[in-house]
Amino acid sequence: MITLAWLYALGGAMFAAYALFTLADARHPKRWGTAAFWGLLAASFLSGDRFGDLGNGILVLALVALAGLGLTGRSDPPTTSTTEREASAARRGNRLFLPALVIPATALLGTLLLKRLPLFEAKNITLISLGLGVLLALGAILLWLRPPARAPLDEGRRLTDAVGWAVVMPQMLAALGAVFALAGVGDVVGQAAAYAIPAEGTFVATAIFALGMAGFTIVMGNAFAAFPVMMAAVGLPVLVRLHGGDPAVVAAVGMLAGFCGTLLSPMAANFNIVPAVLLDLKDRHGVIRAQAGTALPLLLANILIIWWCAFP
Amino acid sequence: MSGALVLIGIVVLVGGLMLRLNTLLVVMAAALATGLAGGLGLEGTIRAFGKAFNDNRYVTIIWIVLPVIGLLERFGLQQRAKMLIAGLRGATTARILIAYLALRQILAALGLTSVAGHPQTVRPLVAPMAEAAAERDGGPLDDAKRDTVRAYAAATDNVGLFFGEDIFLAIASILLIKGFLEQNGIVLQPFELSVWAIPTAICAFVIHAGRLWWLGRRLKR
Repeated sequence: MITLAWLYALGGAMFAAYALFTLADARHPKRWGTAAFWGLLAASFLSGDRFGDLGNGILVLALVALAGLGLTGRSDPPTTSTTEREASAARRGNRLFLPALVIPATALLGTLLLKRLPLFEAKNITLISLGLGVLLALGAILLWLRPPARAPLDEGRRLTDAVGWAVVMPQMLAALGAVFALAGVGDVVGQAAAYAIPAEGTFVATAIFALGMAGFTIVMGNAFAAFPVMMAAVGLPVLVRLHGGDPAVVAAVGMLAGFCGTLLSPMAANFNIVPAVLLDLKDRHGVIRAQAGTALPLLLANILIIWWCAFP
Repeated sequence: MSGALVLIGIVVLVGGLMLRLNTLLVVMAAALATGLAGGLGLEGTIRAFGKAFNDNRYVTIIWIVLPVIGLLERFGLQQRAKMLIAGLRGATTARILIAYLALRQILAALGLTSVAGHPQTVRPLVAPMAEAAAERDGGPLDDAKRDTVRAYAAATDNVGLFFGEDIFLAIASILLIKGFLEQNGIVLQPFELSVWAIPTAICAFVIHAGRLWWLGRRLKR
Protein backbone atom coordinates (compact mmCIF):
# COMPACT_ATOMS: atom_id res chain seq x y z
CA MET A 1 0.00 0.00 0.00
CA ILE A 2 1.22 3.51 -0.79
CA THR A 3 1.44 5.35 2.52
CA LEU A 4 2.86 8.53 3.97
CA ALA A 5 6.17 6.65 4.37
CA TRP A 6 6.61 6.67 0.57
CA LEU A 7 6.17 10.43 0.57
CA TYR A 8 8.72 10.76 3.39
CA ALA A 9 11.17 8.70 1.31
CA LEU A 10 10.62 11.07 -1.63
CA GLY A 11 11.14 14.13 0.60
CA GLY A 12 14.19 12.51 2.20
CA ALA A 13 15.73 11.76 -1.19
CA MET A 14 15.16 15.40 -2.21
CA PHE A 15 16.84 16.79 0.92
CA ALA A 16 19.70 14.28 0.55
CA ALA A 17 20.26 15.50 -3.01
CA TYR A 18 20.30 19.12 -1.77
CA ALA A 19 22.95 18.14 0.78
CA LEU A 20 25.14 16.49 -1.88
CA PHE A 21 24.68 19.34 -4.38
CA THR A 22 25.59 21.82 -1.64
CA LEU A 23 28.75 19.86 -0.80
CA ALA A 24 29.73 19.94 -4.46
CA ASP A 25 29.02 23.69 -4.76
CA ALA A 26 32.40 25.34 -4.13
CA ARG A 27 30.89 28.82 -4.53
CA HIS A 28 28.39 28.29 -1.67
CA PRO A 29 29.30 30.78 1.09
CA LYS A 30 28.19 28.41 3.89
CA ARG A 31 28.77 25.10 2.22
CA TRP A 32 29.44 22.78 5.18
CA GLY A 33 26.75 24.04 7.54
CA THR A 34 24.05 24.13 4.86
CA ALA A 35 24.95 20.65 3.62
CA ALA A 36 24.85 19.34 7.19
CA PHE A 37 21.42 20.94 7.75
CA TRP A 38 19.82 19.37 4.66
CA GLY A 39 21.66 16.11 5.36
CA LEU A 40 20.19 15.87 8.86
CA LEU A 41 16.73 16.66 7.55
CA ALA A 42 17.17 13.95 4.90
CA ALA A 43 18.13 11.48 7.65
CA SER A 44 15.02 12.46 9.61
CA PHE A 45 12.74 11.84 6.63
CA LEU A 46 14.44 8.64 5.48
CA SER A 47 14.84 6.89 8.83
CA GLY A 48 13.44 9.04 11.65
CA ASP A 49 11.30 6.13 12.79
CA ARG A 50 14.41 4.06 13.52
CA PHE A 51 16.30 6.67 15.60
CA GLY A 52 14.13 6.41 18.70
CA ASP A 53 12.82 9.43 20.63
CA LEU A 54 16.18 10.41 22.09
CA GLY A 55 17.92 10.04 18.72
CA ASN A 56 15.34 12.28 17.08
CA GLY A 57 15.71 14.79 19.92
CA ILE A 58 19.47 14.94 19.43
CA LEU A 59 18.96 15.32 15.67
CA VAL A 60 16.73 18.34 16.34
CA LEU A 61 19.30 19.84 18.73
CA ALA A 62 21.90 19.55 15.95
CA LEU A 63 19.55 21.25 13.44
CA VAL A 64 18.91 24.07 15.92
CA ALA A 65 22.66 24.46 16.60
CA LEU A 66 23.43 24.77 12.86
CA ALA A 67 20.71 27.40 12.35
CA GLY A 68 21.30 29.19 15.67
CA LEU A 69 25.04 29.61 15.07
CA GLY A 70 24.35 31.08 11.62
CA LEU A 71 26.08 28.24 9.76
CA THR A 72 23.42 27.90 7.04
CA GLY A 73 22.89 30.22 4.06
CA ARG A 74 21.56 30.83 0.58
CA SER A 75 23.02 29.31 -2.55
CA ASP A 76 23.21 30.65 -6.07
CA PRO A 77 22.85 27.68 -8.43
CA PRO A 78 22.92 28.32 -12.20
CA THR A 79 19.54 29.44 -13.54
CA THR A 80 18.12 31.63 -16.32
CA SER A 81 18.24 35.44 -16.48
CA THR A 82 15.14 37.65 -16.44
CA THR A 83 15.60 38.35 -20.16
CA GLU A 84 15.73 34.64 -20.98
CA ARG A 85 12.66 34.08 -18.84
CA GLU A 86 10.72 36.80 -20.63
CA ALA A 87 11.68 35.34 -24.01
CA SER A 88 10.66 31.84 -22.88
CA ALA A 89 7.36 33.13 -21.49
CA ALA A 90 6.59 34.95 -24.75
CA ARG A 91 7.47 31.93 -26.87
CA ARG A 92 5.70 29.23 -24.86
CA GLY A 93 2.54 31.14 -24.04
CA ASN A 94 -0.10 30.15 -21.54
CA ARG A 95 0.79 26.47 -21.89
CA LEU A 96 3.42 27.23 -19.20
CA PHE A 97 0.59 27.24 -16.65
CA LEU A 98 -0.39 23.65 -17.38
CA PRO A 99 2.39 21.88 -15.42
CA ALA A 100 1.76 24.21 -12.46
CA LEU A 101 -1.91 23.28 -12.55
CA VAL A 102 -1.11 19.55 -12.65
CA ILE A 103 -0.21 19.61 -8.94
CA PRO A 104 -3.48 21.06 -7.58
CA ALA A 105 -5.51 19.14 -10.17
CA THR A 106 -3.92 15.83 -9.14
CA ALA A 107 -4.36 16.66 -5.45
CA LEU A 108 -8.02 17.40 -6.13
CA LEU A 109 -8.82 14.41 -8.32
CA GLY A 110 -6.68 12.09 -6.21
CA THR A 111 -8.53 13.07 -3.05
CA LEU A 112 -11.88 12.46 -4.72
CA LEU A 113 -11.09 9.31 -6.71
CA LEU A 114 -8.19 7.37 -5.19
CA LYS A 115 -9.71 7.13 -1.72
CA ARG A 116 -11.62 3.99 -2.67
CA LEU A 117 -8.61 2.14 -4.04
CA PRO A 118 -6.99 -0.19 -1.49
CA LEU A 119 -3.63 0.68 -3.06
CA PHE A 120 -3.55 4.06 -1.26
CA GLU A 121 -3.70 4.93 2.42
CA ALA A 122 -7.07 6.71 2.62
CA LYS A 123 -6.23 8.74 5.74
CA ASN A 124 -3.45 10.70 4.00
CA ILE A 125 -4.88 10.63 0.50
CA THR A 126 -4.58 14.37 -0.20
CA LEU A 127 -0.89 14.53 0.73
CA ILE A 128 -0.17 11.37 -1.25
CA SER A 129 -2.05 12.80 -4.24
CA LEU A 130 -0.01 15.99 -3.89
CA GLY A 131 3.16 13.91 -4.12
CA LEU A 132 1.81 12.14 -7.21
CA GLY A 133 1.02 15.55 -8.71
CA VAL A 134 4.60 16.69 -8.13
CA LEU A 135 5.98 13.61 -9.92
CA LEU A 136 3.52 13.99 -12.83
CA ALA A 137 4.31 17.69 -13.25
CA LEU A 138 8.03 17.00 -13.06
CA GLY A 139 7.76 14.31 -15.73
CA ALA A 140 5.73 16.59 -18.00
CA ILE A 141 8.24 19.44 -17.69
CA LEU A 142 11.23 17.19 -18.34
CA LEU A 143 9.60 15.77 -21.50
CA TRP A 144 8.32 19.08 -22.82
CA LEU A 145 10.96 21.67 -21.88
CA ARG A 146 14.05 19.40 -21.76
CA PRO A 147 16.01 21.25 -19.07
CA PRO A 148 19.45 19.95 -18.05
CA ALA A 149 19.14 16.78 -15.96
CA ARG A 150 20.24 18.45 -12.74
CA ALA A 151 17.97 21.49 -13.19
CA PRO A 152 15.04 20.26 -11.02
CA LEU A 153 17.31 19.82 -8.02
CA ASP A 154 19.25 23.04 -8.70
CA GLU A 155 16.03 25.04 -8.93
CA GLY A 156 14.54 23.29 -5.91
CA ARG A 157 17.70 23.99 -3.93
CA ARG A 158 17.65 27.65 -5.00
CA LEU A 159 14.14 28.13 -3.56
CA THR A 160 14.59 25.89 -0.52
CA ASP A 161 17.86 27.62 0.44
CA ALA A 162 16.06 30.96 0.13
CA VAL A 163 13.53 29.82 2.75
CA GLY A 164 16.43 28.33 4.74
CA TRP A 165 15.98 26.97 8.27
CA ALA A 166 12.42 28.36 8.32
CA VAL A 167 11.57 25.19 6.35
CA VAL A 168 11.35 23.28 9.65
CA MET A 169 9.70 26.03 11.74
CA PRO A 170 6.16 24.61 11.54
CA GLN A 171 7.41 21.17 12.55
CA MET A 172 9.40 22.67 15.43
CA LEU A 173 6.33 24.55 16.67
CA ALA A 174 4.20 21.42 16.54
CA ALA A 175 6.81 19.71 18.72
CA LEU A 176 6.89 22.70 21.09
CA GLY A 177 3.13 22.42 21.43
CA ALA A 178 3.51 18.76 22.44
CA VAL A 179 6.03 19.66 25.16
CA PHE A 180 3.76 22.45 26.43
CA ALA A 181 0.87 20.00 26.64
CA LEU A 182 2.95 17.41 28.54
CA ALA A 183 4.18 20.02 31.01
CA GLY A 184 0.62 21.20 31.73
CA VAL A 185 0.85 24.76 30.40
CA GLY A 186 -2.77 24.66 29.29
CA ASP A 187 -4.14 23.86 32.75
CA VAL A 188 -2.31 26.80 34.31
CA VAL A 189 -3.51 29.29 31.69
CA GLY A 190 -7.04 27.90 32.01
CA GLN A 191 -7.09 28.40 35.79
CA ALA A 192 -5.87 31.98 35.38
CA ALA A 193 -8.60 32.72 32.81
CA ALA A 194 -11.30 31.23 35.05
CA TYR A 195 -10.33 33.66 37.83
CA ALA A 196 -10.86 36.68 35.58
CA ILE A 197 -14.56 36.04 34.78
CA PRO A 198 -17.38 37.81 36.63
CA ALA A 199 -20.35 35.61 37.54
CA GLU A 200 -23.01 37.66 35.77
CA GLY A 201 -23.56 38.84 32.23
CA THR A 202 -23.08 36.75 29.13
CA PHE A 203 -21.38 39.42 27.01
CA VAL A 204 -18.30 39.88 29.21
CA ALA A 205 -17.89 36.12 29.63
CA THR A 206 -18.25 35.61 25.86
CA ALA A 207 -15.73 38.35 25.14
CA ILE A 208 -13.20 36.90 27.61
CA PHE A 209 -13.66 33.43 26.07
CA ALA A 210 -13.12 34.66 22.49
CA LEU A 211 -10.28 37.03 23.38
CA GLY A 212 -8.67 34.25 25.41
CA MET A 213 -8.91 31.89 22.41
CA ALA A 214 -7.28 34.51 20.18
CA GLY A 215 -4.67 35.56 22.75
CA PHE A 216 -3.61 32.05 23.69
CA THR A 217 -3.49 31.14 19.99
CA ILE A 218 -1.15 34.10 19.33
CA VAL A 219 1.23 32.79 22.00
CA MET A 220 1.08 29.14 20.88
CA GLY A 221 0.71 29.81 17.16
CA ASN A 222 -2.04 27.19 17.00
CA ALA A 223 -5.76 27.35 17.82
CA PHE A 224 -5.79 23.58 18.44
CA ALA A 225 -3.63 24.13 21.53
CA ALA A 226 -5.80 26.98 22.80
CA PHE A 227 -9.16 25.28 22.28
CA PRO A 228 -9.10 22.54 24.97
CA VAL A 229 -7.70 25.05 27.45
CA MET A 230 -10.25 27.84 26.93
CA MET A 231 -13.19 25.43 26.50
CA ALA A 232 -12.36 23.65 29.78
CA ALA A 233 -11.70 26.89 31.65
CA VAL A 234 -14.45 29.20 30.34
CA GLY A 235 -16.49 27.79 27.45
CA LEU A 236 -18.02 24.76 29.15
CA PRO A 237 -18.28 25.80 32.83
CA VAL A 238 -19.32 29.44 32.30
CA LEU A 239 -20.88 29.88 28.84
CA VAL A 240 -22.56 26.46 28.48
CA ARG A 241 -23.27 25.21 32.03
CA LEU A 242 -23.75 28.46 33.95
CA HIS A 243 -25.48 30.57 31.26
CA GLY A 244 -27.07 27.79 29.18
CA GLY A 245 -25.28 28.58 25.91
CA ASP A 246 -25.54 26.26 22.90
CA PRO A 247 -22.34 24.15 23.00
CA ALA A 248 -22.23 23.81 19.20
CA VAL A 249 -22.10 27.60 18.69
CA VAL A 250 -19.70 28.22 21.57
CA ALA A 251 -17.27 25.52 20.43
CA ALA A 252 -17.42 26.06 16.65
CA VAL A 253 -17.25 29.87 16.69
CA GLY A 254 -14.79 29.82 19.60
CA MET A 255 -12.39 27.82 17.43
CA LEU A 256 -12.79 30.44 14.67
CA ALA A 257 -12.00 33.21 17.17
CA GLY A 258 -8.78 31.27 17.73
CA PHE A 259 -8.10 31.32 13.97
CA CYS A 260 -8.24 35.14 14.15
CA GLY A 261 -5.34 34.83 16.60
CA THR A 262 -3.46 32.62 14.13
CA LEU A 263 -3.60 35.48 11.60
CA LEU A 264 -1.81 37.71 14.14
CA SER A 265 0.82 35.29 15.44
CA PRO A 266 4.50 35.18 14.42
CA MET A 267 4.46 31.72 16.01
CA ALA A 268 2.13 30.51 13.24
CA ALA A 269 5.23 30.46 11.08
CA ASN A 270 3.98 28.39 8.16
CA PHE A 271 1.11 30.82 7.54
CA ASN A 272 2.75 34.13 8.45
CA ILE A 273 6.57 34.03 8.44
CA VAL A 274 7.40 31.42 5.79
CA PRO A 275 5.27 33.16 3.08
CA ALA A 276 7.01 36.46 3.89
CA VAL A 277 10.35 34.75 3.24
CA LEU A 278 9.00 32.90 0.21
CA LEU A 279 7.76 36.16 -1.35
CA ASP A 280 11.02 38.04 -0.50
CA LEU A 281 9.28 40.62 1.71
CA LYS A 282 11.65 42.99 3.50
CA ASP A 283 9.45 42.94 6.60
CA ARG A 284 9.16 39.45 8.06
CA HIS A 285 5.95 40.53 9.74
CA GLY A 286 4.49 42.04 6.56
CA VAL A 287 1.88 39.29 6.15
CA ILE A 288 0.71 39.73 9.74
CA ARG A 289 0.43 43.50 9.18
CA ALA A 290 -1.70 42.87 6.07
CA GLN A 291 -3.93 40.49 8.07
CA ALA A 292 -4.47 42.57 11.23
CA GLY A 293 -7.17 44.71 9.61
CA THR A 294 -9.15 41.55 8.78
CA ALA A 295 -8.45 39.60 11.98
CA LEU A 296 -9.57 42.26 14.49
CA PRO A 297 -13.02 43.09 13.05
CA LEU A 298 -13.56 39.38 12.41
CA LEU A 299 -12.76 38.64 16.06
CA LEU A 300 -15.43 41.17 17.06
CA ALA A 301 -17.84 39.52 14.61
CA ASN A 302 -17.17 36.15 16.26
CA ILE A 303 -17.86 37.55 19.72
CA LEU A 304 -21.18 38.94 18.47
CA ILE A 305 -22.10 35.68 16.69
CA ILE A 306 -21.57 33.69 19.89
CA TRP A 307 -23.42 36.27 21.98
CA TRP A 308 -26.43 36.48 19.62
CA CYS A 309 -26.70 32.86 18.57
CA ALA A 310 -25.61 30.79 21.57
CA PHE A 311 -27.92 32.27 24.19
CA PRO A 312 -31.65 31.73 23.73
CA MET B 1 3.84 27.74 42.67
CA SER B 2 5.35 24.92 40.66
CA GLY B 3 2.22 25.19 38.50
CA ALA B 4 2.84 28.76 37.37
CA LEU B 5 6.50 27.98 36.70
CA VAL B 6 5.65 26.09 33.48
CA LEU B 7 4.70 29.46 31.98
CA ILE B 8 8.44 30.23 31.85
CA GLY B 9 8.43 28.83 28.31
CA ILE B 10 6.04 31.56 27.17
CA VAL B 11 8.33 34.19 28.75
CA VAL B 12 11.31 32.67 26.92
CA LEU B 13 9.37 32.69 23.61
CA VAL B 14 8.25 36.30 23.86
CA GLY B 15 11.62 37.51 25.20
CA GLY B 16 13.63 35.62 22.57
CA LEU B 17 11.50 36.90 19.70
CA MET B 18 11.72 40.48 21.03
CA LEU B 19 15.52 40.18 21.17
CA ARG B 20 15.34 38.92 17.56
CA LEU B 21 17.34 35.80 18.32
CA ASN B 22 17.21 32.92 15.83
CA THR B 23 13.66 31.57 16.01
CA LEU B 24 14.63 27.88 16.03
CA LEU B 25 16.92 28.59 18.97
CA VAL B 26 14.14 30.43 20.83
CA VAL B 27 11.65 27.59 20.24
CA MET B 28 14.12 24.98 21.48
CA ALA B 29 14.99 27.07 24.55
CA ALA B 30 11.28 27.55 25.34
CA ALA B 31 10.70 23.80 25.06
CA LEU B 32 13.64 22.98 27.36
CA ALA B 33 12.61 25.61 29.94
CA THR B 34 9.00 24.38 29.94
CA GLY B 35 9.96 20.71 30.12
CA LEU B 36 12.35 21.28 33.03
CA ALA B 37 9.82 23.44 34.90
CA GLY B 38 7.12 20.84 34.27
CA GLY B 39 9.23 18.05 35.75
CA LEU B 40 10.00 16.16 32.53
CA GLY B 41 13.76 16.38 33.15
CA LEU B 42 16.37 17.22 30.51
CA GLU B 43 16.41 13.83 28.80
CA GLY B 44 12.62 13.50 29.07
CA THR B 45 12.14 16.87 27.39
CA ILE B 46 14.53 16.04 24.55
CA ARG B 47 12.77 12.69 24.08
CA ALA B 48 9.31 14.31 24.04
CA PHE B 49 10.48 16.95 21.58
CA GLY B 50 12.19 14.40 19.33
CA LYS B 51 9.13 12.14 19.25
CA ALA B 52 6.77 15.01 18.38
CA PHE B 53 9.21 16.32 15.74
CA ASN B 54 9.30 12.91 14.08
CA ASP B 55 5.51 12.48 14.28
CA ASN B 56 4.92 15.86 12.62
CA ARG B 57 7.12 15.40 9.53
CA TYR B 58 4.05 15.66 7.33
CA VAL B 59 3.89 19.44 7.85
CA THR B 60 7.31 19.80 6.20
CA ILE B 61 6.57 17.53 3.21
CA ILE B 62 4.91 20.38 1.29
CA TRP B 63 8.40 21.57 0.20
CA ILE B 64 8.58 18.75 -2.36
CA VAL B 65 6.66 21.13 -4.67
CA LEU B 66 9.60 23.55 -4.90
CA PRO B 67 11.61 21.73 -7.63
CA VAL B 68 8.55 21.97 -9.92
CA ILE B 69 7.88 25.62 -9.07
CA GLY B 70 11.59 26.45 -9.49
CA LEU B 71 11.75 24.72 -12.89
CA LEU B 72 8.70 26.60 -14.12
CA GLU B 73 10.19 29.88 -12.89
CA ARG B 74 13.31 29.01 -14.91
CA PHE B 75 11.11 28.94 -18.01
CA GLY B 76 9.33 32.18 -17.18
CA LEU B 77 6.18 31.19 -15.26
CA GLN B 78 6.04 34.43 -13.24
CA GLN B 79 6.68 36.51 -16.37
CA ARG B 80 3.90 34.63 -18.18
CA ALA B 81 1.49 35.25 -15.28
CA LYS B 82 2.26 38.96 -15.60
CA MET B 83 1.81 38.95 -19.40
CA LEU B 84 -1.55 37.21 -19.05
CA ILE B 85 -2.85 39.82 -16.61
CA ALA B 86 -1.44 42.71 -18.67
CA GLY B 87 -3.66 41.56 -21.54
CA LEU B 88 -6.86 41.19 -19.54
CA ARG B 89 -8.77 44.47 -19.29
CA GLY B 90 -11.03 43.73 -16.33
CA ALA B 91 -8.47 41.99 -14.11
CA THR B 92 -7.58 44.51 -11.40
CA THR B 93 -5.51 43.66 -8.31
CA ALA B 94 -8.64 43.73 -6.15
CA ARG B 95 -10.66 41.51 -8.50
CA ILE B 96 -7.86 38.94 -8.85
CA LEU B 97 -7.39 38.66 -5.09
CA ILE B 98 -11.14 38.64 -4.34
CA ALA B 99 -11.63 35.87 -6.89
CA TYR B 100 -8.77 33.91 -5.30
CA LEU B 101 -10.29 34.45 -1.83
CA ALA B 102 -13.61 33.02 -3.03
CA LEU B 103 -11.90 30.08 -4.75
CA ARG B 104 -9.75 29.26 -1.72
CA GLN B 105 -12.74 29.44 0.66
CA ILE B 106 -14.85 27.20 -1.56
CA LEU B 107 -12.07 24.63 -2.08
CA ALA B 108 -11.33 24.56 1.66
CA ALA B 109 -15.04 24.18 2.45
CA LEU B 110 -14.99 21.08 0.22
CA GLY B 111 -12.09 19.70 2.27
CA LEU B 112 -9.48 20.45 -0.41
CA THR B 113 -7.13 22.38 1.84
CA SER B 114 -3.83 21.18 0.36
CA VAL B 115 -4.81 22.00 -3.21
CA ALA B 116 -3.64 25.62 -3.03
CA GLY B 117 -1.15 27.34 -0.75
CA HIS B 118 1.83 29.69 -0.52
CA PRO B 119 4.44 27.55 -2.32
CA GLN B 120 2.05 25.98 -4.86
CA THR B 121 -0.12 28.92 -5.93
CA VAL B 122 0.70 32.23 -4.21
CA ARG B 123 4.38 32.59 -5.14
CA PRO B 124 4.21 31.32 -8.74
CA LEU B 125 0.77 32.67 -9.78
CA VAL B 126 -1.35 34.81 -7.46
CA ALA B 127 1.28 37.29 -6.29
CA PRO B 128 2.78 37.95 -9.78
CA MET B 129 -0.72 38.37 -11.24
CA ALA B 130 -1.74 40.83 -8.51
CA GLU B 131 1.50 42.76 -9.04
CA ALA B 132 1.07 42.87 -12.81
CA ALA B 133 -2.46 44.21 -12.48
CA ALA B 134 -1.26 46.88 -10.06
CA GLU B 135 1.51 47.92 -12.48
CA ARG B 136 -0.83 48.09 -15.44
CA ASP B 137 -3.34 50.29 -13.64
CA GLY B 138 -1.07 52.44 -11.48
CA GLY B 139 2.35 52.47 -13.16
CA PRO B 140 5.58 50.88 -11.86
CA LEU B 141 5.43 49.80 -8.19
CA ASP B 142 7.98 51.04 -5.67
CA ASP B 143 9.41 48.42 -3.29
CA ALA B 144 7.05 49.26 -0.44
CA LYS B 145 3.94 48.95 -2.63
CA ARG B 146 5.23 45.74 -4.24
CA ASP B 147 5.72 44.21 -0.80
CA THR B 148 2.23 45.35 0.23
CA VAL B 149 0.62 43.65 -2.78
CA ARG B 150 2.58 40.45 -2.10
CA ALA B 151 1.69 40.52 1.61
CA TYR B 152 -2.01 40.90 0.74
CA ALA B 153 -1.74 37.96 -1.68
CA ALA B 154 -0.32 35.80 1.13
CA ALA B 155 -2.93 37.12 3.59
CA THR B 156 -5.75 36.30 1.15
CA ASP B 157 -4.62 32.68 1.01
CA ASN B 158 -4.63 32.43 4.83
CA VAL B 159 -8.03 34.09 5.29
CA GLY B 160 -9.60 31.92 2.59
CA LEU B 161 -8.16 28.72 4.07
CA PHE B 162 -8.93 29.41 7.74
CA PHE B 163 -12.50 30.58 7.22
CA GLY B 164 -13.42 28.01 4.64
CA GLU B 165 -12.07 24.77 6.08
CA ASP B 166 -14.32 24.53 9.14
CA ILE B 167 -17.38 24.26 6.89
CA PHE B 168 -16.03 20.88 5.81
CA LEU B 169 -17.22 18.07 8.09
CA ALA B 170 -14.11 15.96 8.40
CA ILE B 171 -11.50 18.65 8.99
CA ALA B 172 -9.17 18.25 11.99
CA SER B 173 -10.59 21.16 13.99
CA ILE B 174 -14.18 19.91 13.74
CA LEU B 175 -13.06 16.45 14.86
CA LEU B 176 -11.11 17.98 17.74
CA ILE B 177 -14.20 19.91 18.88
CA LYS B 178 -16.42 16.84 18.58
CA GLY B 179 -13.94 14.74 20.55
CA PHE B 180 -13.56 17.35 23.29
CA LEU B 181 -17.32 17.80 23.74
CA GLU B 182 -17.86 14.01 23.78
CA GLN B 183 -15.35 13.62 26.60
CA ASN B 184 -17.46 16.12 28.50
CA GLY B 185 -20.73 14.30 27.87
CA ILE B 186 -22.06 16.39 24.97
CA VAL B 187 -22.65 14.36 21.80
CA LEU B 188 -22.96 16.38 18.57
CA GLN B 189 -22.79 15.46 14.90
CA PRO B 190 -20.02 17.13 12.86
CA PHE B 191 -22.75 18.74 10.74
CA GLU B 192 -24.17 20.60 13.77
CA LEU B 193 -20.73 22.15 14.29
CA SER B 194 -19.69 22.87 10.73
CA VAL B 195 -22.93 24.73 9.98
CA TRP B 196 -21.86 27.31 12.59
CA ALA B 197 -18.71 28.03 10.59
CA ILE B 198 -20.85 29.58 7.84
CA PRO B 199 -21.71 32.95 9.49
CA THR B 200 -18.03 33.59 10.24
CA ALA B 201 -17.05 32.48 6.72
CA ILE B 202 -19.43 35.07 5.26
CA CYS B 203 -18.13 37.80 7.60
CA ALA B 204 -14.53 36.89 6.72
CA PHE B 205 -15.29 37.14 3.00
CA VAL B 206 -17.09 40.49 3.34
CA ILE B 207 -14.42 42.06 5.58
CA HIS B 208 -11.40 40.83 3.63
CA ALA B 209 -12.91 41.46 0.19
CA GLY B 210 -13.75 44.99 1.35
CA ARG B 211 -10.15 45.54 2.38
CA LEU B 212 -8.90 44.16 -0.96
CA TRP B 213 -11.22 46.58 -2.79
CA TRP B 214 -9.82 49.40 -0.67
CA LEU B 215 -6.24 48.23 -1.42
CA GLY B 216 -7.07 48.44 -5.12
CA ARG B 217 -8.25 52.04 -4.72
CA ARG B 218 -5.09 52.97 -2.78
CA LEU B 219 -2.89 51.47 -5.50
CA LYS B 220 -4.55 53.42 -8.28
CA ARG B 221 -3.70 56.78 -6.74
